[in-house]
Amino acid sequence: MTDHAFVPNDEQSMLRDAARGWVRDRAPISALRKLRTENLETGFDPALFGEMVEMGWTGILVPEDDGGFGFGHASIGLIAEELGRNLVASPLISSAVAATDALVLCGNPDQKSEWLPRLLSGEIHAAIALEEAIAHNPSGVALRARLDGNSWVLDGRKQPVFDYGEAGLVIVAARTSGEPGDRDGITLFLCPRDAAGTSATRLTQVDSRGAWALVFDGCRLDAGCVLGEIDKGLPALETVLDRARAVLAAEMIGSTTQAFETTVEYLKTRVQFDQPIGAFQALQHRAAELLGEIELARSAVWAALAAIDAGDADVPRYTSLAKALAGKAFRRTAQEMVQLHGGIGMTDEHDSGLYLKRAHVADMTFGNVSFHRDRFAKLAGI
Amino acid sequence: MFADLPIDDFRQAIHDWLRENFPPGLRGCRAPTNGHEPPVGPPGEFELWKERCADAGFGTPTWPIEYGGAGLDQARADILAEEMAQAGAFNPIVGLGAMMLGPTLLEFGTEEQKRIHLPPIARGELMWCQGFSEPGAGSDLAALRMRCEDMGDHFLLNGQKIWTSYAHHSDWCFAIARTSTEQKQGGITFLLVDMKSPGLDVRPIQLINGISHFCETFFNDVKVPKENLVGEVNRGWTVAKRLLQHERTGLSSLRSANAKTYDLASIARRYCELSPDGTLADTDLRQRLADHLLSEQAYALTLQRRSAEEEAGLNPTTPVSTLKNLGSQVGLRLGELAIEILGNRSLGWEGDGYTDEELELTSLWLHSKCYSIYGGTYEIQNNITAQRELGLPKS
Ligand SMILES: Cc1cc2nc3c(=O)[nH]c(=O)nc-3n(C[C@H](O)[C@H](O)[C@H](O)COP(=O)(O)OP(=O)(O)OC[C@H]3O[C@@H](n4cnc5c(N)ncnc54)[C@H](O)[C@@H]3O)c2cc1C
Repeated sequence: MTDHAFVPNDEQSMLRDAARGWVRDRAPISALRKLRTENLETGFDPALFGEMVEMGWTGILVPEDDGGFGFGHASIGLIAEELGRNLVASPLISSAVAATDALVLCGNPDQKSEWLPRLLSGEIHAAIALEEAIAHNPSGVALRARLDGNSWVLDGRKQPVFDYGEAGLVIVAARTSGEPGDRDGITLFLCPRDAAGTSATRLTQVDSRGAWALVFDGCRLDAGCVLGEIDKGLPALETVLDRARAVLAAEMIGSTTQAFETTVEYLKTRVQFDQPIGAFQALQHRAAELLGEIELARSAVWAALAAIDAGDADVPRYTSLAKALAGKAFRRTAQEMVQLHGGIGMTDEHDSGLYLKRAHVADMTFGNVSFHRDRFAKLAGI
Repeated sequence: MFADLPIDDFRQAIHDWLRENFPPGLRGCRAPTNGHEPPVGPPGEFELWKERCADAGFGTPTWPIEYGGAGLDQARADILAEEMAQAGAFNPIVGLGAMMLGPTLLEFGTEEQKRIHLPPIARGELMWCQGFSEPGAGSDLAALRMRCEDMGDHFLLNGQKIWTSYAHHSDWCFAIARTSTEQKQGGITFLLVDMKSPGLDVRPIQLINGISHFCETFFNDVKVPKENLVGEVNRGWTVAKRLLQHERTGLSSLRSANAKTYDLASIARRYCELSPDGTLADTDLRQRLADHLLSEQAYALTLQRRSAEEEAGLNPTTPVSTLKNLGSQVGLRLGELAIEILGNRSLGWEGDGYTDEELELTSLWLHSKCYSIYGGTYEIQNNITAQRELGLPKS
């Protein structure tokens, strides 16, 4: 890993500072509470996402030739980290990372010119429909797509599908041959919003973000909707997932850092037994140990993002390292946030619970600690 | 009387009594844990069961008969619990009154207080809450500031309590307040407060799982009759400390009951992929689940050992502070493993797309986070174990 991975360049620092200011001013954690109360159909605040679009964040991963900035994953990772601090809900990772990367990597010129400008301009956002079972397992795709004349017919279910609400495009992983578990036989499809034969149920999740259960019942897509190679979609899907995982891990590090800082601040101010509770060594050691765990995860996250931008062959290993450690650090920090705040940490009024719930959903997204530990082991040949 | 029967006859008598009195519709129903849940089972049966238990004194079996108990010794009370479990029955009389206040009043209360307050608790008719914690007095409970003035014919309470579980559903509150500022622990007085008293105001607070479990409780010139003083003025800390012991012992057994209510092994068999030999295919999860089950079982055995030692008149070897932490860790781990087993099915908060069981387990996971906070935090229990039990010096 080169040292560049760990020190943002000028352009990245500027992006990060802009994101930090924006998150502080425009997206306080009360925005998430508002979202929860209003239970918006989108699962995120379109006005806030509109501002992200204006700042150019949806173009960060779009190559310059296609009208974007081509900045790379470390850049969007820095932004995601800032968003994570205040648990900002947005389709940025689904749309500006996963779907955008999928189009950039696998799209033909027609598909790119049809969809990328619309994603870039914020006219639409996109969602990824992958999960079907209780555990993340990309090769386990079972939703069927069969060729009928000139069109594909999709039948099956997807749950959870994040950020589906009002999405203009859904990228669906479907099985075109073989059986669930086979590495061959998976194909990616570009499914426009208005495709007939789909129905969706809104799920109310613990982290208050938008998720849906989708049913495909004879959904017909024309041949032009196939994204990449037929039956050979899994390697591309895995590449796309690794990128989304790394950026999500960066978001998780942001959330973890904020949860940690809020907790350390509380240790300094809450007085019991005539002293700040942070004076008790038992708590000092807990904080010190947490810091160590967070720093490990942070290194892994930045290494993964840099590996992606460098086209490193070890990307899968780095992303599994990053996602596993970020999941562990986030869960543990959120748990300690509740514990070290005592009674107030258990209340809905306090932010601890929001971090705890987000830690769970973020960990479960694109593979949890256990999945990535196992994947890392396999990649290490054990 | 059951209490006078020789042990073997006693077991048989209980067995027969349960066969006659336990409504079969309630068999295997979830036992209540706080007394504020809606009744379980077919309509009317829970109420019937509660009444029968109350008539026999079996809800608070070790309490004297004259106060609504069955006058059983611990050995017989344990047999009663075993036979109930065997029959798929449960104790319908729960709550803070039965778990904490009752045993404390038996030790410190006046004859009149016992006669007035214990029978309604034993019958599950009146519910109690605990007014101990204040915004500035949590772990450092003795720092409490709620003022209690002696007005001659009554006491006057002014101040605020917080995290008062179920205050919004309770009839009475046992509270501690400051009668003197000269000494920290030595200026505290223990009182029984009618929740209908004028000047008492209760504001429910939502927990992270969305449930209104506890409240802020405001006292504004609340009058308390003199006869509601427990123990002596400025001696309430001793009473409160004993009550906390009962709370911690009670919470320790609740954690074990959790394990029976939520059978993780069977949930895992339903949700997870199995190998051809019937074991969990995910060997990592299997090992961690097994590790939890080991602790859970050993924890249940430790509770039993402690109770056996007490019955035999021995000094229990496992301190209550240690037990409380072992229990909360088992409970916390149960919650974490439950959501891990459910995987994507554990992301739900409410509504469509998830089964009731899935939503309940996710809510349990969130709720379990308070196990290591209430009744004295994990850290405070460790301090007690280290300093009082192991004799390590205070820093
Ligand atoms: C669900 C729930 C129900 C409750 N029900 C009731 C009730 O019915 N009645 C009632 O009176 N109270 C109730 N409580 C309050 C509970 O007893 C207190 O929350 C608890 O004692 C901790 O106090 P605190 O919240 O002020 O936290 P603090 O005392 O402020 O503690 C904050 C953190 O500092 C740590 N800490 C404090 N002192 C030390 C030390 N010396 N060494 C190391 N660490 C330390 C604590 O362990 C904790 O992690 C309830 C709490 C909860 C969460």
